Amino acid sequence: MSAMVDAVAVEKHFGAANVLSDVNLTVQEGEVVCVVGPSGGGKSTFLRCINRLEKPTGGVVWVDGEVMGYKRDGDRLKEMRERDVRRQRRKIGMVFQRFNLYPHMTALENVAHSPVKVNREPRPEAERRARELLERVGLADKIGAYPNQMSGGQQQRVAIARALAMRPRLMLFDEPTSGLDPELVGEVLDAMKQLAEEGMTMIVVTHEMGFAREAADRVVFMADGRIRETGTPAEILDRPRDPRTQAFLKRVLG
Amino acid sequence: MSGSESLQPLPGAGDTPQRGLAGLELIPRRHYGRWVAAVAVLVPLGGLIWAWANAQLDWSVVADYFTASTIIVGFLHTLLLTAVAMVLGMLLGVIFAVMRLSSNPVTSSVAWLYVWAFRGVPTLVQLLLWFNLAIVFPTLGVPGVFHVQTIAVITPFMAATLGLGVNEGAYLTELVRGGIISVDEGQHEAATALGLSQAQSLRDVILPQAMRVIVPGLGNETIGMLKMSSLASVIAYSELLNEAQKVYFVNARVIELLLVAAGWYLIATSALSIGQYYIERRLGRGLQRVRPRSAVERLIIHVLERISARRRGSGTA
Repeated sequence: MSAMVDAVAVEKHFGAANVLSDVNLTVQEGEVVCVVGPSGGGKSTFLRCINRLEKPTGGVVWVDGEVMGYKRDGDRLKEMRERDVRRQRRKIGMVFQRFNLYPHMTALENVAHSPVKVNREPRPEAERRARELLERVGLADKIGAYPNQMSGGQQQRVAIARALAMRPRLMLFDEPTSGLDPELVGEVLDAMKQLAEEGMTMIVVTHEMGFAREAADRVVFMADGRIRETGTPAEILDRPRDPRTQAFLKRVLG
Repeated sequence: MSGSESLQPLPGAGDTPQRGLAGLELIPRRHYGRWVAAVAVLVPLGGLIWAWANAQLDWSVVADYFTASTIIVGFLHTLLLTAVAMVLGMLLGVIFAVMRLSSNPVTSSVAWLYVWAFRGVPTLVQLLLWFNLAIVFPTLGVPGVFHVQTIAVITPFMAATLGLGVNEGAYLTELVRGGIISVDEGQHEAATALGLSQAQSLRDVILPQAMRVIVPGLGNETIGMLKMSSLASVIAYSELLNEAQKVYFVNARVIELLLVAAGWYLIATSALSIGQYYIERRLGRGLQRVRPRSAVERLIIHVLERISARRRGSGTA
């Protein structure tokens, strides 16, 4: 087993505000890591630093053996051109809280778009695979539907299929069920569990403690821009040592 | 407060619970004010029509020249100039809008400067400047590579196209920029996370969604351009107004020919309005917020909908 993600001393500040300070996290290949913690604690920002939607102001992130956004030049790291960052991003899939499907494209077009435009796959091949992926997330009958004709849970499953269409080595989930009606959360979590069982490396920012307990190999608790505690789901959720974690879990789990 | 009140039975309601049902006639409110308004408007309107019908002008001249070949050619030139200037304006609009939104301070400043300059100088002044370019630059070209006589290149049509198109581009820059900004930020993020380049993201994801905001404005701009193209008469481009003027310089039928021109402008702007209605309806499917419409617009739309409903009806029958 080798490290899929290795975040080293990642920092991010917007002006004077420190959003992330000295975040270190290693995620092994095939591992599922859930990141939990209070809102505004830096969870989403950290996730976005991994695929460089956000540029960290300090530290580096290794993904699959490469430093994100930098090229090694002797004993220096030189910032890459945008097109090289794009090449790195292709192996990282991302699912957003608000789905962010393209509203003017059908489910099939949403999923097949990047493989055709970015990976230059032939369209028939990309569409065949898009159908397969949509079937896998249980949406065989929604292939021709537009996002506004689908429920939130269906849209989020299309978004998962869209990310998988790029054959990522790593999947990032940014509060994937926070924008959903309660009765639709289960169908999205089921799709994610299935993905975890298939061996996908996943980092999931979530408020779903049940999912963390069931599917995560490790749980990370973040607050005030720092990782306060890391451990197995049982260690963090049942026997938290950090007082911040204890207080947070008391509020969330009641 | 009103909520709790509405729960109370109205006074007397208990006595006759079936009021309004037991054979009692329901009488809608009469809108007497509308009849008063109609009379107040129609009487002066009738007077106005009577005045024009009996004015010192020869309606047969209007009728004769309405389809005269010089007028028709002028009208076609007006349409051509409108189309070419709008295409140029749209190209410049998209390019400068993207530049304006760029994170590169140089490109965004250049775009700002363009909008500032060409929106700030009257269109007529711009047209005259382009037309008289030869005075300051007798030849155009790259030194040592090639050069041409400015006067040969800047024809009245070229000056009109450049003047109107470059001016329009400044307005469309703002329109396109507004459209791009209106698209949810998450769309660009999703496209970036999926590995799309800036250009691919703009073309496939952002602009198609921005069009919903841009197209209604673009329709208005096109109608404006059609009317503004009459300015080109000043630099002797043979568009509709210029052709009408050439006729009345000879036969002195000034008002008759201006009415001919006005009629053709109205026909063209009406046709554009109808086209705009259909395009907006097509783009808006399920998503569009509705712009408040005037009574005349509502009437036109009502007629258009009746026509298309009838056509659909006959199609299925």
